[in-house]
Amino acid sequence: MFRFVMRRLMWALPMTLIITFVVYVALRVGTDPLASYLRVNQRASEKKIQQYIETNGLYEGFGGYVRGYLQWLQGFVTFDWPRSIKGSREVWPEFRDAMFNTLRLGLTATFLGILIGLSFGIFVALKPGGLRDATVSTSSFVAISTPPYVSALLLQLLFAVYWSKWFGQSLLPTSGVYPPGHRGFDLVLMIKHMILPVTVVVIQVVAVYARYMRASLLEVLNSEYMRTARSKGISERRVLVRHALRNALIPIVTVAAIDIGAILGGLIITERIFSYPGLGDFFLGAYDNGDFPQMMPWMFFFTLVVIAFNLLADVLYAVLDPRIRLG
Amino acid sequence: MTVEPILAVDGLVKHFTVKTARGVRAYKNTVQAVSNVSFSVRPGETLGLVGESGSGKTTVGRCILRLIEPTAGSVRFQGEELVGMRAERLRELRRDMQIVFQDPYASLDPRLTVGTSIAEPLEVQRIPGDHRARVKELLELVGLSPDHSRRFPHEFSGGQRQRIGIARALASNPKLLVLDEPVSALDVSIQAGVVNLLADLQDQLGLAYVFIAHDLSVVRHVSHNVAVMYLGKLVEVATAETLYERASHPYTRALLSAIPVPDPGVERGRRRIMLEGDVPSPIDPPSGCRFRTRCPKAQDHCAVEEPALVDRGQGHPVACHFPD
Amino acid sequence: MSPRRMAVRRFVKHRAALISLIILGIMVLFILLAPFTARYGVNEAVFKTSPEKPNSFLSPRGIAWLGTDDIGRDLYSRLIYGLRVSILIGLASAFFGTILGVAIGAVAGLRGGWIDDLLMRVTDLFLAFPFLVTLLVLRSVMSNVPWLKPIVGNPTSIRFVVILFVLFGWMGVARLMRGQVLALKEREFVEAARALGASNTRIVLRHLLPNSAGPILVALTFAVSGNIIAEATLGFFGYGPQPGAGATSLGKLVGGAKGALLPGYWWLVVFPCVILILVSLCVNFVGDGLRDATDPKLDGNR
Ligand SMILES: Nc1ncnc2c1ncn2[C@@H]1O[C@H](COP(=O)(O)OP(=O)(O)OP(=O)(O)O)[C@@H](O)[C@H]1O
Ligand code: SF4
Ligand SMILES: [Mg+2]
Repeated sequence: MFRFVMRRLMWALPMTLIITFVVYVALRVGTDPLASYLRVNQRASEKKIQQYIETNGLYEGFGGYVRGYLQWLQGFVTFDWPRSIKGSREVWPEFRDAMFNTLRLGLTATFLGILIGLSFGIFVALKPGGLRDATVSTSSFVAISTPPYVSALLLQLLFAVYWSKWFGQSLLPTSGVYPPGHRGFDLVLMIKHMILPVTVVVIQVVAVYARYMRASLLEVLNSEYMRTARSKGISERRVLVRHALRNALIPIVTVAAIDIGAILGGLIITERIFSYPGLGDFFLGAYDNGDFPQMMPWMFFFTLVVIAFNLLADVLYAVLDPRIRLG
Repeated sequence: MTVEPILAVDGLVKHFTVKTARGVRAYKNTVQAVSNVSFSVRPGETLGLVGESGSGKTTVGRCILRLIEPTAGSVRFQGEELVGMRAERLRELRRDMQIVFQDPYASLDPRLTVGTSIAEPLEVQRIPGDHRARVKELLELVGLSPDHSRRFPHEFSGGQRQRIGIARALASNPKLLVLDEPVSALDVSIQAGVVNLLADLQDQLGLAYVFIAHDLSVVRHVSHNVAVMYLGKLVEVATAETLYERASHPYTRALLSAIPVPDPGVERGRRRIMLEGDVPSPIDPPSGCRFRTRCPKAQDHCAVEEPALVDRGQGHPVACHFPD
Repeated sequence: MSPRRMAVRRFVKHRAALISLIILGIMVLFILLAPFTARYGVNEAVFKTSPEKPNSFLSPRGIAWLGTDDIGRDLYSRLIYGLRVSILIGLASAFFGTILGVAIGAVAGLRGGWIDDLLMRVTDLFLAFPFLVTLLVLRSVMSNVPWLKPIVGNPTSIRFVVILFVLFGWMGVARLMRGQVLALKEREFVEAARALGASNTRIVLRHLLPNSAGPILVALTFAVSGNIIAEATLGFFGYGPQPGAGATSLGKLVGGAKGALLPGYWWLVVFPCVILILVSLCVNFVGDGLRDATDPKLDGNR
């Protein structure tokens, strides 16, 4: 086991470097950091521009890209990050705050979503084919077909705009973490601001996991081995709890780890609509400005997360399923 | 009576590389599926190739047609060496040698009508003539109705599908057919029908067969010669009569004793030689004689030296230190 | 009965899929007959009821069934024209993406070796990244490489978006096709074809493709809804196509809903959203029905 994990870990490092290098080149080509800088800072002096090129390592040609990447990487790991294009601000503090905001939103939503989704899945798998099954399956299908910004728009329309029209005061806030001008920490306010975005993400996650769980559990329940367990007179309840759930969760755990990209993707969109200052909002803001010094750390961070979760999925699968071959 | 053999296999070896997991570690292993197999088949004759499951029979069959590359050895068809042959020439030669597969459920493309499947060799080999008429003729030849050509494989029984497979193999008028357990997947009640069909076809068309089977009873009536395989090696080769009367390898004798005898009196008094244990893994075959782990006559010497397949003067080669 | 007829029969039994197909059929009729079904031009303002009353932001009524937008254009007509662009983008990009994916997947599956390894690693990671980010980065690279300009066109053109979605969309199909090839390669009927002397090309075209038609068709269907949603997403955030002067797409219309939210012009929010959900839901249901209909596990006794 240890060797398996070690081997995968040894792979992860070169993978990270290769991918981030590709991303680096893509961003250099795609967002043209120099042009973006000139666009945002139209009256920058020649000296300022030269300084910007040097701190960011914006050399030309393939060799220049490699050199620039290495320089960037060195600065990145030593926490000597170049300042943002717009307003020449420090990137790390904003990135860190955004990260915590996203973690708060993402963890809450994922946790709630998976919990509710799995329960729904179990609930319908126990009685497949009936009205209950049809209702849950159809609603999850609708939810999957609804992009997050659409549900967000509809929720905002209902709970903020029309609620205030009908009852004089909107039920839930639609943007930010706190109302404008608020200072300090206020748990109740914060939760209130999180309800709508969390709901939007939860709807998606619930739909996906309810379907996974239903399919997975049904497969296990119909397997030969479950029939044997039942025929041996083990009670339905014990069969379910002892064997079926455990086996049904194995593929789901793996999927969950790989799915992290999809969940993060939903988060990015949701954050944007609710002007929630998380990593998604951070990225889109940086993208709009072509802000290379802000985007690169973001990309590096996400590459790490994606690779880590891929690795985690492999390992979890191996641990949970003794039949798996580790080739 | 020295007729040139149509097929001559010499020193055939096939190894597969497989990855296996033991605990969480992965190993690369070599499966010695076929080790140094030699035999020949004359035109119009049948060689029965017999052995338990996993002994390498299918692998031999696939090597003969070069569906897989042999690791070593030579396969000569009508005097031409197939191993290392250019792809175009090989494609031409496939007109003359065909294979009927073990599993009639898997060997027909479910998306094609039976007629299309049977006509495929005609198309691929660009054989001129009216393909539709030829398909009808072939269907009749194997005892099916010509109207069946527009149906799909899933509408047929196993026995019928095997007949379709035979019809397809016959389409290009081959001279050699490799029959890979053509009846093992079928009900005993319809096995005889297919075997008789094959025997009739051989008489009519002068085909040579390599007839693969996992027990001696099936090949008994159709083979001129029989080769017995164990764990990738030939252990005994003889004419059918000799083998059924004077088998001298312990493994062949065990196989023979497993065939039920129709006469109840004899059946009751018959002594079966029971083989103990499982077939060892071809990844790690036993030293010396590969059969020694299950051989009732094994001696210490058997573990040390590998018995060669030698002919003791009766045109009946046996690989055993202590033959009967 | 042929496998195709059996599949059709099973599809018809999937009620939601059948209803969805009918709804989609009606939608397609509407957009094909747009000159007749739409009551106003895409860029045309509805007639003023009286000279002093403005015709912008009219709520749904007789002269504008689904209300009007900020400059007085009829939402109903604009939805028809917008749907036309969105469905065109969805179909075209799904179609070409699937062809590309099938070709690459077949090569990877047949060839194996390092090509295969590389391809699968790349697609794994590509798919693991949040899709909006990948799309945006890909988009900016495509629009900033000078020699690509003549091929991909302007970033706001429909062609650009289709190419973008094709480049993004082949990967899922490639993995699917590769899996199919690997599984089918082991089946005896493929080996049988080889024994007959069939070439690789023939094996792919004659045996592998038809036997993967079901899963490919399903993937194609889901790609259509995926791409319609992707277009809407880009449009919503303002990165989408800006087709022609005043022409529109579902993405643009849904994006326009943002501004209508706070003043409470609910029709500008609700109707585009509902149409978008309806299209993607119906296409998904059809995909689901196709999946059931072509599932080989349900195919006869094979
Ligand atoms: N493609 C392959 N890769 C790895 N090992 C293989 C492969 N094909 C066959 N083998 C192994 O080679 C050995 C011989 O297999 P083969 O199919 O030739 O046996 P067989 O005598 O035809 O058995 P059966 O009666 O079951 O058909 C077996 O141990 C099998 O596992
Ligand atoms: S060599 Fe020995 S072990 Fe092998 S068959 Fe003969 S007697 Fe048995
Ligand atoms: Mg076999």
